[in-house]
Amino acid sequence: PCVKLLYSWKHGYLNTALLWDCLHPPPQPAFAEQHPSRRGNPVTVHFVNRDGEKITAKGSPGDSLLDLVINEDLDFDGFGACEGTLACSTCHLVFSEEVYEKLGPVTDEEMDMLDLAYGLTDTSRLGCQVCLTRALEGMEARVPESVADIRQTQDSSS
Amino acid sequence: SEVEGWIWGRRLGVITRSASSAAHQKVCVVGGGPAGFYTAQHLLKDVQVDIYERLPVPFGLVRFGVAPDHPEVKNVISTFTQTAHHARCCYYGNVNVGTDVSVEELREAYHAVVLSYGAEGNRSMGVPGEDLEGVYPAKDFVGWYNGLPSNRELNPGLDCETAVILGQGNVALDVARILLSPIDELKKTDITQRSLDALAQSQVRRVLIVGRRGPLQIAGTIKELREMVNLPDTKPEMVASEFEGMAEALKVIPRPRKRLTELMLKTAVDPPAEKERQRRQAASRSWGLRFLRSPLEVLAGPDGARVAGIRLAVNRLEGTGDGSVAVPTGEVETMDCGLVITSIGYKSLPIDPAVPFDPRKAIVPNSLGRVQQAAGLYCSGWLKTGPVGVIATTMNNSFDTAHSVVEDLTSGCLDATSAKPGSTGIGPLLDKRGVKPVSFSDWEKINQEERRRGAAQGKPREKLLDVEEMLKTWTV
Repeated sequence: PCVKLLYSWKHGYLNTALLWDCLHPPPQPAFAEQHPSRRGNPVTVHFVNRDGEKITAKGSPGDSLLDLVINEDLDFDGFGACEGTLACSTCHLVFSEEVYEKLGPVTDEEMDMLDLAYGLTDTSRLGCQVCLTRALEGMEARVPESVADIRQTQDSSS
Repeated sequence: SEVEGWIWGRRLGVITRSASSAAHQKVCVVGGGPAGFYTAQHLLKDVQVDIYERLPVPFGLVRFGVAPDHPEVKNVISTFTQTAHHARCCYYGNVNVGTDVSVEELREAYHAVVLSYGAEGNRSMGVPGEDLEGVYPAKDFVGWYNGLPSNRELNPGLDCETAVILGQGNVALDVARILLSPIDELKKTDITQRSLDALAQSQVRRVLIVGRRGPLQIAGTIKELREMVNLPDTKPEMVASEFEGMAEALKVIPRPRKRLTELMLKTAVDPPAEKERQRRQAASRSWGLRFLRSPLEVLAGPDGARVAGIRLAVNRLEGTGDGSVAVPTGEVETMDCGLVITSIGYKSLPIDPAVPFDPRKAIVPNSLGRVQQAAGLYCSGWLKTGPVGVIATTMNNSFDTAHSVVEDLTSGCLDATSAKPGSTGIGPLLDKRGVKPVSFSDWEKINQEERRRGAAQGKPREKLLDVEEMLKTWTV
């Protein structure tokens, strides 16, 4: 990160995320830690569940939000039914615009399944496709109401 | 959980007889598919749950409906397996509720009974020629390639060039994809060997998927449509004029419908890029969507017994969007084909005269899962709402029913304080009638055997097709 920092400085801007990394290098763990949330520098995520309660959890950079929900045993009914394989929309999460911008690109595959989620918004993502980075520290993710995938035919008369 | 039950009881002002009365409440679920398992999962937080399933093997449409090339959708099986392993859960396979034991007998033995047995029947077209050879309900065709024992002998004729599928939902798209997929792709899946062999000999090269309304009303979804567009060695065969006016409509519709329509337009109307043009030219198979057509009659060939074509009414749309209705124009059209698959909906059937049933909607009449005029009787899944929606829909619907059951058990509107025998009451009845239930660990032996046979062929499993064989396997 220091080399990249100098590079950014040389080119007329200061990359503050890199500055932070240089000033606060992550501790080198003495042993490989088994528990995922204790590997490296944990990232804090605040979930807001369907009852409006805030639940805070920590995950490792690289973990998906679904991984975090599973590892920390968060009790969201029916969350992640297909186990992160882009075959359902039950890990649907809603973010603020500011956080949404930082989440990275959405593939067509994810969009196809997201399109079926109940209560879809412009700042919705599937939790199994969003991976934690340190830039997301302290982010909030809302678990929306989970009525159907819209793959139900609204069959008018036979 | 005994302490939890006591605290909960006190909080709700219900005087519980003893600290462990919650654990003594017994509920039975009829049907071991997703509805049954999700209902059980929720109920297990509070009560003992017994799941009765007609077949020896569990999981219903997750095993027999989901396409073989969609294995990720079947990941829910691990959740169901966890549920079955719960200390308060018992699975009884090979028990046919309605014939081996009645719903009345279950209601006497349990504090509550939840009917989750789904939709085993088909909606029929109701047109002449529907019974000709070569006409199959999609449910049976899907059951055939997915190893449902009762569809084992379907032997669909695949020696014709063109197949017509009526209906444009995801089941129709699944059938089209299985009919046209390269065999090399299918042989790595859990499709049955028998159907794989038949498909390897298939002469079907062209599949038309026909709907009575227009492109904006198609019930299938984008993932499945994209799979058709990207299917190797196939090209789309659409009628561009059927998509006139779509570009305008795109501007005002919500994103999901918009993306789906854009994909259809791109496939049907836009000139392909060079690479795609070459790919289409080299393709040996084709598929297409056809709109505004309703079946009038299935036509026989010269032998009078086998399908050779289908006569269709040409429709126009009245109204717009999801609510629009197909109205015949009077014009008629004929399509030549040697295989007709009707994918116009599944249908629930009544299994016991003691259970209220609405024959028009083909569901058990209920409110929030509580069966009307039948205290202690509930329903979940497709039996409750009709055969629409995916596994996640059923999951939510089942959780809602379970919630109603628990509410009634704790509020006192069901007599939940007197002891009920549960399976100790039903077991002797089944024994007397010569019925041998299959336990979950018995299923696990069957599962192991299927996986062993599959491994020999490079497949995840080779399903047993015969109930007798299933029963023999677990006793070995």
